[in-house]
Amino acid sequence: MRFVDEFRDADKAHALAAKIAGLCEPGRQYKLMEVCGGHTHTIYKHGLEDYLPESVSLVHGPGCPVCVIPMGRVDDAMHLAAHDDVIMTSFGDMMRVPGSSGSFFDAKAQGTDIRMVYSPLDSLKIARQNPDRRVVFMAIGFETTAPSTAMTVLRAAAEGLQNFSVFCNHVTIIPAIKAILDSPDLRLDGFIGPGHVSTVIGCRPYEFIARDHGKPVVVAGFEPLDILQSIYMLMLQLAEGRSMVENQYARVVPWDGNPTALKAIGSVMELRPYFEWRGLGFISHSALRMRDDYASFDAENLFQVPGVRVADPKACQCGEVLKGVLKPWECKVFGTACTPETPIGTCMVSPEGACAAYYNFGRLRRQRVQEVTIS
Amino acid sequence: MTGQGGAQPRAAGWAEEALRDHHEHAGPPVAGQPASDREQQVLDRIDRARRRRPRVKEERITMSHGSGGKATRTLVEAIFLDSFRNPLLEPLEDAAQLTMDGARLAFTTDSYVVSPLFFPGGDIGDLAVNGTVNDLAVAGATPLYLSAGFILEEGFPVADLSRIVGSMTAAAARAGVQVVTGDTKVVQKGKADGCYLNTAGVGVVGDGVNLGVVNARPGDAVIVSGPIGDHGVTIMLARGELDIEADIASDTAPLGGLVAGLLAATPGVRALRDATRGGVATILNEVASAAGVSVVVNEDDIPVRTEVRGASELLGIDPLYVACEGRLVAIVDGGQAGEALAAMHAHPLGEQAAIIGTVAADPPGIVLLKTTFGGTRIVDLLVGDPLPRIC
Repeated sequence: MRFVDEFRDADKAHALAAKIAGLCEPGRQYKLMEVCGGHTHTIYKHGLEDYLPESVSLVHGPGCPVCVIPMGRVDDAMHLAAHDDVIMTSFGDMMRVPGSSGSFFDAKAQGTDIRMVYSPLDSLKIARQNPDRRVVFMAIGFETTAPSTAMTVLRAAAEGLQNFSVFCNHVTIIPAIKAILDSPDLRLDGFIGPGHVSTVIGCRPYEFIARDHGKPVVVAGFEPLDILQSIYMLMLQLAEGRSMVENQYARVVPWDGNPTALKAIGSVMELRPYFEWRGLGFISHSALRMRDDYASFDAENLFQVPGVRVADPKACQCGEVLKGVLKPWECKVFGTACTPETPIGTCMVSPEGACAAYYNFGRLRRQRVQEVTIS
Repeated sequence: MTGQGGAQPRAAGWAEEALRDHHEHAGPPVAGQPASDREQQVLDRIDRARRRRPRVKEERITMSHGSGGKATRTLVEAIFLDSFRNPLLEPLEDAAQLTMDGARLAFTTDSYVVSPLFFPGGDIGDLAVNGTVNDLAVAGATPLYLSAGFILEEGFPVADLSRIVGSMTAAAARAGVQVVTGDTKVVQKGKADGCYLNTAGVGVVGDGVNLGVVNARPGDAVIVSGPIGDHGVTIMLARGELDIEADIASDTAPLGGLVAGLLAATPGVRALRDATRGGVATILNEVASAAGVSVVVNEDDIPVRTEVRGASELLGIDPLYVACEGRLVAIVDGGQAGEALAAMHAHPLGEQAAIIGTVAADPPGIVLLKTTFGGTRIVDLLVGDPLPRIC
């Protein structure tokens, strides 16, 4: 299949793996964080870690949009959805994310009208088809999905639609990376930068990581060869003692991002003073809310939102996993209390979360896998 | 308005319960040992947790319970098997094997709730006949008689019902079975979605045929009878919610002829399964856990149509989990894999059959995939529906 098979070529992967191994200094351990959950998924889905030397390990970062939604926000959304005249609409990934008393799927089973959509425009369509109902879109995601939410609100405003609103949970990636960089127990050597987010924000926002923290950043695509090449580019920077922002995904990511998309976000949304992230706690200026000009499309303005807070269970060690201090299996509750069916922590929530990816795809020691598959 | 202050945080009751459950069964990994040993300890503990007696934790049925993945299995084992338990039900095969006066019969039932009712390549009537016929066929039985139950919604067009019954008649003729008994119920408008069907079927199991996933053993070959995922992707696209168009059709077809040819060609067939809900991945997991073996599959060798691959890539789903309605997975003695493959190639429904992997001894209960990219990963049972990822 074109545009896919080229990026999964095992021969090219072997060649890159050899070059990566050649860059490793004896006795040195390398920890690289892939920020984006899409990368985590690719790494596990294709078994990419089999190509890495023992001394290079990948740390799975906070960039899974459904994983970072705190349980309290899910409870708030359920509260909105419970109104008789409300149709709650949500991306599929969000449906399984648990609040304190279950997920959207559970609420749906109890008769709450929650519908899965593939685009916020589908919510708009549902609003047009149901003029006597109030349709709320559960907006989640980083800068990747915020433009489509913004464009949908702009279209709803242009059409004068009265029964559509957004429950805005959009978050921004840079403050999360900052929070990780500022953590005292940080042990990372470099970052694989998020690809999709960067199509919108470009590469410049990462410059502080290279400049102020001395850590190289390579913005990467989502095919396994993209990621392997980015690891090579990071290792090359480390070997040469450089720390720069480089763009491996130039076929999609413009250095300055997408000004039209940024303008759309800016016209509809503004930064919140602070927002809670599952596993990371409150981070200032890390999320978006609707501007006052669009208050009539803001579910937080139209409804009484209870502002529920749910404490992360104490045993959960997601914060340490996200920062690379612990591997998923080193968490006390990994795989026994915390599983994809009962995800206690953020990293287990979506297939893009570090723990879920390890549980689903990697629940086996590398050495043992090699014994089995080489024979 | 939400705020950082706010009320006292509430606790997530389900999480507390899971943690209590956990503390009864586990402790922290023993410190001071090499990391690889501690990782193995954790993995062994997870393995024990997974083999614990299943329990349905939800208070109500969710869509996940019907997806064919983990939740379905938990529901079947914790609610149905636990109550109905008997030696004939216990193997949880596609059909029960009954012995009456020396004759061996296979008996099965299945319900059909597909939406839309009509789709490229077939309709609910085709599925209702082929699905039950195939459950008998993969038990090694010659399908003979079917029942047909109709649950109709008030207002359902009679023309549509005639069309569905026409499809059933044609499918039954193709499969060599007769519909010999039936039932009709009508429910009020809004209490059903047009038309639901149930069929049950009986067939005769041939002499010396003894198929079951529990028979799989190291060295066996894993064969699929053709490209996978056609039916599931066709249905997803036919719903028209995705604005994706592709030239594919459901693979719904009766597998009796293909199975008969295969069983006649080689005595080395250990197990057959038709890859419906949950797809090929679910079946391979059933093989691995029932027989206590591992299954190692080569991604490169799995036949998948370009259209199905493309749509799956776009939707973020894995064709390994997508339903087929006319494909089977065969576990065959490795020494007779060539004969088995040749027999399948000789049948029109098996022209694109392929050996996709092998059965190995270790690690038991695990399905491993060697990816096209050259890595390795686990193929687990699916949690919930195959949902598209958003980023």
